[in-house]
Amino acid sequence: MIQAICFYVFAAITILSGFMVISARNPVHSVLFLILAFFNAAALFLLMGAEFLAMILVIVYVGAVAVLFLFVVMMLDIDFEELRKGATRYLPIGALIGVVLLAELLLIMLGLGVTPPEGAAVAAPAPSDVTNTQALGQILYTDYIYLFQAAGMILLVAMIGAIVLTHRTRKGVKKQNISRQVKRRREDAVEIRKVQPGQGI
Amino acid sequence: MVNVITEYLNGLLGVYLGTFVWYLALILVIALPLLLSVAFAVYFDRKIWAAMQMRRGPNVVGPFGLLQSFADGLKLFFKETVVPAGANKGVFLIAPMITFTLALIAWAVIPFDADVVLADINVGILYLFAISSLGVYGIIMSGWASNSKYAFLGGLRSAAQMVSYEVSIGFVIVTVLLCVGSLNLSDIVEAQSGGFWNWYVIWLFPMFVVFLVSAHAETNRPPFDLPEAEAELVAGYQVEYSSMAFALFFLGEYANILLMCAMTSILFFGGWDPILPFAPFTLIPGIIWFLLKTAFFFFVFSWVKATVPRYRYDQLMRLGWKVFLPISLAWVVITAGVLVTFDLLPVKG
Repeated sequence: MIQAICFYVFAAITILSGFMVISARNPVHSVLFLILAFFNAAALFLLMGAEFLAMILVIVYVGAVAVLFLFVVMMLDIDFEELRKGATRYLPIGALIGVVLLAELLLIMLGLGVTPPEGAAVAAPAPSDVTNTQALGQILYTDYIYLFQAAGMILLVAMIGAIVLTHRTRKGVKKQNISRQVKRRREDAVEIRKVQPGQGI
Repeated sequence: MVNVITEYLNGLLGVYLGTFVWYLALILVIALPLLLSVAFAVYFDRKIWAAMQMRRGPNVVGPFGLLQSFADGLKLFFKETVVPAGANKGVFLIAPMITFTLALIAWAVIPFDADVVLADINVGILYLFAISSLGVYGIIMSGWASNSKYAFLGGLRSAAQMVSYEVSIGFVIVTVLLCVGSLNLSDIVEAQSGGFWNWYVIWLFPMFVVFLVSAHAETNRPPFDLPEAEAELVAGYQVEYSSMAFALFFLGEYANILLMCAMTSILFFGGWDPILPFAPFTLIPGIIWFLLKTAFFFFVFSWVKATVPRYRYDQLMRLGWKVFLPISLAWVVITAGVLVTFDLLPVKG
């Protein structure tokens, strides 16, 4: 019973904060509600017994991605009213995507999808004798290691590509070279002269 | 004894309410001494700091000034909570609560002794990592909601800083996990039992250094206290806070420092394990060992605060991304390689 109550509380907060993300007036509030939604989704994972996924969701999305997101949104200088006006223009497209998603969900829920359900073989339950951290590791790093490596490679290429495309070397920028500073000795930098009165150097 | 108490409670209040009351009591047993020790930690911090600068430190309130923190707390309690006119009121008030709450809930998984832990969860170390990575929200929210330049700059600095140093903390945790083969904090301590030569500080010494420095950066302590650098930002994200809101930040900050000390002793110094596995040392209860180690690292934190000058911001970023990240990444690969080559991988389950 407790579990059911917890589920409904977390699910309700997730949906409510998801709604607030798109309806909040202030973009920073939107991001904060997004974070709340992530957090409650993690709690839902916990209820399903997927403790590793829950923690990773909090660490990666809440702890890293959303922080950078918040960072950017806070520094943006947006005219909120202008943004509001644009919302109605995109409403039809948004509604269309919503309807498609709803149709897909209904298709699966009502069992109108592919028969026999192909998902059943893929979504085998985790073996009960190991923790789900180990089960995930087994699948990700042993059974599907090549696919995993390929995914990593794609991300790496994307990252390097982004840096190559956006990085520009500016001329005339002074940079600190730590090793050169450390190597600098007193003899190279300072010269002691005896200055005679009235003569200068 | 535990069984007797829980059964009595269950009989008196029913299973649900009984369990609730029991856990509430356990939480109080952890949280109250924690807050008390935070008060004294502030006092010791100031005393150590003073001693290293040849000053006397707080010595007026109570014997040896022991009650100074309580006097300060009382003073803050009676002050007025000022909300700046341009502030975003809701976020402004929630931010210190988040900092304080996060600092407290992290202690739920800390094992004080064998089987003396509130929640002995499978993914304890990940939980700690997740909570500490959430800590940035209190700061960034307060910085933004204050609607002040200093606070905003402080909040931005700290967000960048904490995200950067979390990366290397993550890799440090991965190396420890490789050696333990479990994410459970009690397992991590047990893997280091049997004398100090089993402690990971010896086997993973570079990682210990990386962790200790990153812990300073993660808790915004000097030399990485740029988010609240008083010379340039007055007090950073705390500028607009007064009264209890400020007190919550302060308590949360020190509770976080204590948490990092506890984490250091669990990950690298064998938690509750005695330093040598024979008679006079094993007679001392594990919780005392744990608290001693934690207190020692708190001393290290104060020591660093008193002796090291503040980093410049670009130096801070350079240290995080160009020094610690490669070192910790390399050490993960080396540790994994050694464990596999010499067939030392821990087998669990």
